[in-house]
Amino acid sequence: MKHSALRAALAGLFAATTLAAAPAFAEKTKFEFWHGLSGDLGERVQEACKKFNDSQADFEILCTSQGGYDTTLQNTIAAYRAKKQPAIAQIYDAGTLDMMLSKAFVPAKKLMADNGYKIDWDNYFPGIANYYATAGGELLSFPFNSSTAVIYYNMSAFEKAGVTAKPETWEDVAEAAKKLKAAGYECPMAFSFDPWPLMEQFSAIHDQPIATEANGYKGLNAELTVNKTKFIDELKFFKKMQDEKLFVVKTKQLGMDTVPAFTSQTCQITMSSIADHGTVGKTLPEGVKWDVGMLPVFKGTERKKSLVGGASLWVLAGRPEAEYKGAAAFLNFIAQPDMVQWWSTVTGYIPVTKTGFEAMKKNGFYDKAPYKGREIAIESLTLTQPSENTRGIRLGNFTQIRKEISTALEAIYMQNADIQSTIDQAVERSNQGLRRFEKTYAGEKLN
Amino acid sequence: MEKRSVFKSTWLPIVFALPQLTLILLFFYWPVAAVMNWAFTLEPPFGGAAEFVGLDNFREVFHDPFYWNSVLVSIIFAVCGALSAIFIGLVLALAVDRQLPGSGFFRFLYILPFAVAGPAGGIAFRFILSPERGLAAILNSIEPDLWNPAKYGSHALAFVIMIFIWKWAGYTFIFLLAGLQSVPRALIEAAAMDGSGPIRRAIDIQVPLLAPTLFFLLVTMMTEGFVGSDTFGMVHATTAGGPNRATEVMVYRIVDEAFHGLNYSGASAQSIVLIGLIMVFTFIQFRFIERRVHYK
Repeated sequence: MKHSALRAALAGLFAATTLAAAPAFAEKTKFEFWHGLSGDLGERVQEACKKFNDSQADFEILCTSQGGYDTTLQNTIAAYRAKKQPAIAQIYDAGTLDMMLSKAFVPAKKLMADNGYKIDWDNYFPGIANYYATAGGELLSFPFNSSTAVIYYNMSAFEKAGVTAKPETWEDVAEAAKKLKAAGYECPMAFSFDPWPLMEQFSAIHDQPIATEANGYKGLNAELTVNKTKFIDELKFFKKMQDEKLFVVKTKQLGMDTVPAFTSQTCQITMSSIADHGTVGKTLPEGVKWDVGMLPVFKGTERKKSLVGGASLWVLAGRPEAEYKGAAAFLNFIAQPDMVQWWSTVTGYIPVTKTGFEAMKKNGFYDKAPYKGREIAIESLTLTQPSENTRGIRLGNFTQIRKEISTALEAIYMQNADIQSTIDQAVERSNQGLRRFEKTYAGEKLN
Repeated sequence: MEKRSVFKSTWLPIVFALPQLTLILLFFYWPVAAVMNWAFTLEPPFGGAAEFVGLDNFREVFHDPFYWNSVLVSIIFAVCGALSAIFIGLVLALAVDRQLPGSGFFRFLYILPFAVAGPAGGIAFRFILSPERGLAAILNSIEPDLWNPAKYGSHALAFVIMIFIWKWAGYTFIFLLAGLQSVPRALIEAAAMDGSGPIRRAIDIQVPLLAPTLFFLLVTMMTEGFVGSDTFGMVHATTAGGPNRATEVMVYRIVDEAFHGLNYSGASAQSIVLIGLIMVFTFIQFRFIERRVHYK
């Protein structure tokens, strides 16, 4: 009697749990994705998430903007330490080495293989993928929003000033700037203290190293060397141009950054990311002719490929297995050619896969007015095979290195500091940071 | 004999104090312990083996010439900012305390900036005082570079101090006005009968009686200038420490190194030095200034 009652109770309990479990089984697996884009671009990411959620019934991705690239990395670190990390995090180029050494991620290749996706890894442009791959070429994270630096020209102003051809070299730019100045343009070219185009991109396309050990790819004992390369010549050239009032500093602190200076037609030339292509097109008044070109080189230089910028998607370790299924599905979803084209259209970022690019080219995407010119970025990134100087930058503490360099540039162009000694000092300080980074990861090897 | 009410049991007061104790433990002692731990070790940001390095992090901080630069900038910032904010708050409070027509409106107006978050104020002032656009551009049309915080360190430092004063004068104003209202009217009326004007009365009667409030404000404003989160926000939103480190206050440097540079160890060492410096400054203030303050 007692037994049967117990059995009945157990049976009831069993029934109750299975009943309760049944709807739970149908419930979607939720997982988180943290990204660093805000404003218009942030909304585009949300849209991509919504497209994924609508496309299937098994998973639900929750996308949260962390407000910026650096805060995304900080929050990811804090969350990981508290064991509350998202399944996917978008980490910017400068944080790549920190992620690689963290052991806090699931390598891209392993994730997709474990979850039964066959990915043609060679489909990624090597010029892009190598930034996020090991020295051996194995991709650890997924290139997502990729860009490179280009130069923007106001062709209407060029016409008025009698400049006929698009400049190819810095000497051409100087020539054009002189003509613009003569035609009454107060600010022919705008520049700021951002080391991304001035140091990183310049060094790559001029085949100059940024650091020893193949820009850091071969080991954590790398040292910055930009004080001994053509980078110094570039800075001298810019100084000369500034003294002749042909190149003008435009920063937030002065009241206007370079891109607003270009779009308000205050300045007629500027360097910026291809990701600004959409914004520039939307902001310039109709009828103003403008164009983009690959970053200029000095006369007689054999041009090399430029470096990819932007961010990649890292899948973090320590999440339940079910979430990885979802993460793999999402990463597979956004790599489909139609999604690649959509993302590239609405943002201005470049397609990261060859098939995505080919599909867009076939559609005539790059022939039409608002998107014409964006193919320049792909051309710039794929110009030559990646080499030691053009593959990427793998330096620890890189955010602070960028800051040291931009502070040095500020001293040079705002306060007339001596170029060589100022850069020497910035390099020395950067190297101290690199040594501390090496010590923090004592015994770690780059693979 | 004075009659006192005393708790008979020992655990009851502890229970009452528990919430406060928990808060202090959680939000003060725990973080301080964590910072102490970071300061003497090197640990990868994502966690892992923390290597004990003794005083290496401190040595690195003290050997950095720009660290001492930031200490100097911080001292100038905190001293100028705190004294000016108190002085302006005092003048405004004395004026409003006279109960002239419209003083209610001005009381409201003067408190208002305090309600604006530091970074928001910073962004607003960046537009107002930017050297090439905005109101300050007029100055430069008189003579080029008359005002250029993007070029001259001194201008930039004055710029961030101005924002600090703009915001915190509202705060000191509230305290000083409340203090002034507790000054017995009879004293002021008596002085007025004897023929002293408003300025004389302020110097001889009101300010001496406000001494405890002024001292309190001095300590809190100095601390705010050194470590306030708004101080970071203001610098971050306007000059970002530039030009060429001219406005790199200690708290800006710490946040920048810790969270942008992911150098938690170095930043922790700097935090500890900063805490030490504040203790020294507060000690000096209590030792030498408080002696001259009369509470009764």
